[in-house]
Amino acid sequence: MSESPPPTTPPSLAVRGLAYAYPDGHQALFGVDLTITRGERVALLGPNGAGKTTLVLHLNGILTAGAGTVEVAGLPVAGEHLREIRRRVGIVFQDPDDQLFMPTVREDVAFGPANLGLRGAALEERVRHALDRVGMADFADRPPHHLSYGQRRRVAVATVLAMEPEILVLDEPSSNLDPASRRELADVLRSLDVTVLMVTHDLPYALELCPRAAVLAGGVVVADGDTRDLLLDRDLMAAHRLELPYGFDPSSVPA
Amino acid sequence: MTGGPEHRLFRPGDSPVHRLPPHCKLLALIGFVLATVSTPREAYWAFGAYAALLAVVAAVARVPAGFVLRRMLVETPFVLFALLLPFVADGPTVEVLGLTVSHDGLLGAWNVLAKGTLGVVAGVLLAATTELRALLLGLQKLRMPPLLVQIMSFMLRYGGVITAEMGRMRIARESRGFVARDLRQTPAVAKSAGALFIRSYERGERVHLAMLSRGYTGTMPILVDTRASAAQWAAAATLPAAALAVWAGALLR
Ligand SMILES: Nc1ncnc2c1ncn2[C@@H]1O[C@H](COP(=O)(O)OP(=O)(O)OP(=O)(O)O)[C@@H](O)[C@H]1O
Ligand SMILES: [Mg+2]
Repeated sequence: MSESPPPTTPPSLAVRGLAYAYPDGHQALFGVDLTITRGERVALLGPNGAGKTTLVLHLNGILTAGAGTVEVAGLPVAGEHLREIRRRVGIVFQDPDDQLFMPTVREDVAFGPANLGLRGAALEERVRHALDRVGMADFADRPPHHLSYGQRRRVAVATVLAMEPEILVLDEPSSNLDPASRRELADVLRSLDVTVLMVTHDLPYALELCPRAAVLAGGVVVADGDTRDLLLDRDLMAAHRLELPYGFDPSSVPA
Repeated sequence: MTGGPEHRLFRPGDSPVHRLPPHCKLLALIGFVLATVSTPREAYWAFGAYAALLAVVAAVARVPAGFVLRRMLVETPFVLFALLLPFVADGPTVEVLGLTVSHDGLLGAWNVLAKGTLGVVAGVLLAATTELRALLLGLQKLRMPPLLVQIMSFMLRYGGVITAEMGRMRIARESRGFVARDLRQTPAVAKSAGALFIRSYERGERVHLAMLSRGYTGTMPILVDTRASAAQWAAAATLPAAALAVWAGALLR
């Protein structure tokens, strides 16, 4: 996972000078630069309203850059590449109710791969495998709205895993999960051989899972580096409303 | 999350009627309803025969009469309308229980009541033995425009979400001391209805984004293939076939 890729592989994600204003005129991003190489796991930190979700929505072309570019594995996120981009970038949204729209868990997980053209036994196998990974195989025939929040979150992760993305983007994956589910999700993420960008307010979780972190504040990346170093930088943390949980000391956590 | 409407109408079971493919049952229902509505209203015995047919279906499906009766409430407005008819229609009059009522109106009322009740009972039986989800698949199978089927499946999926949202807003209102006592409180309720609309609308947008993210291009992939066997078609055809026989009998008399 951590061995550096051959220099010819394009980075999984390359964001350059990305700026964006919402249709109502509110500008959320002011020139974001972020490059993630293959297999890296990066945490995206930042206070409420920093523009993290807005950035995420650019990664598969749901929002279109006002200025700047986004490239996924060398492909520009635009026009004719969108289909391929959406296969390669799997986004798990902040609210699972936005993500689960089919009447049963099984159909929901099958939706993505079926759009990619998978049918019959291959589709069935893909769905079963994805649900197995998140421990939700027994819930395949349940309607998503009858699951608990944490279960819905796990199914949402499965819907994305089923597409076998090259880069997995998670918007606050640990929120509303009980400690065991939170750890199980971490195990799932660690076991995947994909590039991960994880938006989170859960700083210990970021440290546990992501060797590298970037801090987004006021629509720009204000820091990018080793997660532990960032968390230990008191001035940086204070300036951007990032606070460690009571009693948590990043320097005492084993690497 | 509260459950969707499926809990009120659907009655889980494993009867032969439950096991029939949904599109067969839909067609059977349509055939049955067509036969009943085109039966002359004076052929009283025919309506008794139709009712008997439905009773047989209910017995085979193991749906108790009480279950059907409770779900027939949707018919109430029609019943009220039918009860008015004898008093408002013109034409020759007859005496019933000392009241002078229109003969045509009386027949019209019977017509609405008999045909309406048969249709409602048949619909209740279909809904009791078929999950809403399966019904939608059946409609899709019967070449219903895919967009309509999609809209209905979203209503099914998000009905629960929106009801829950409504419930949360009500709890939020009441937790802050709001009591809906009389009309003066209407503005607050109306405002939260507006907020609910916007929330639902924005939820719809976010869902659409999520669908796009998973490669949606405007058509739902068909995930489950429910093909009906000849035997299943034949089983489903018994009801409309019997109804057709009754209908023919009523016309020939
Ligand atoms: N649909 C929208 N229309 C207009 N402005 C919006 C819209 N969505 C977000 N914004 C604004 O854009 C800015 C960035 O929002 P964004 O949702 O990206 O923040 P975030 O970093 O994800 O915050 P959080 O940590 O609370 O999830 C905020 O100031 C927000 O008010
Ligand atoms: Mg956000």
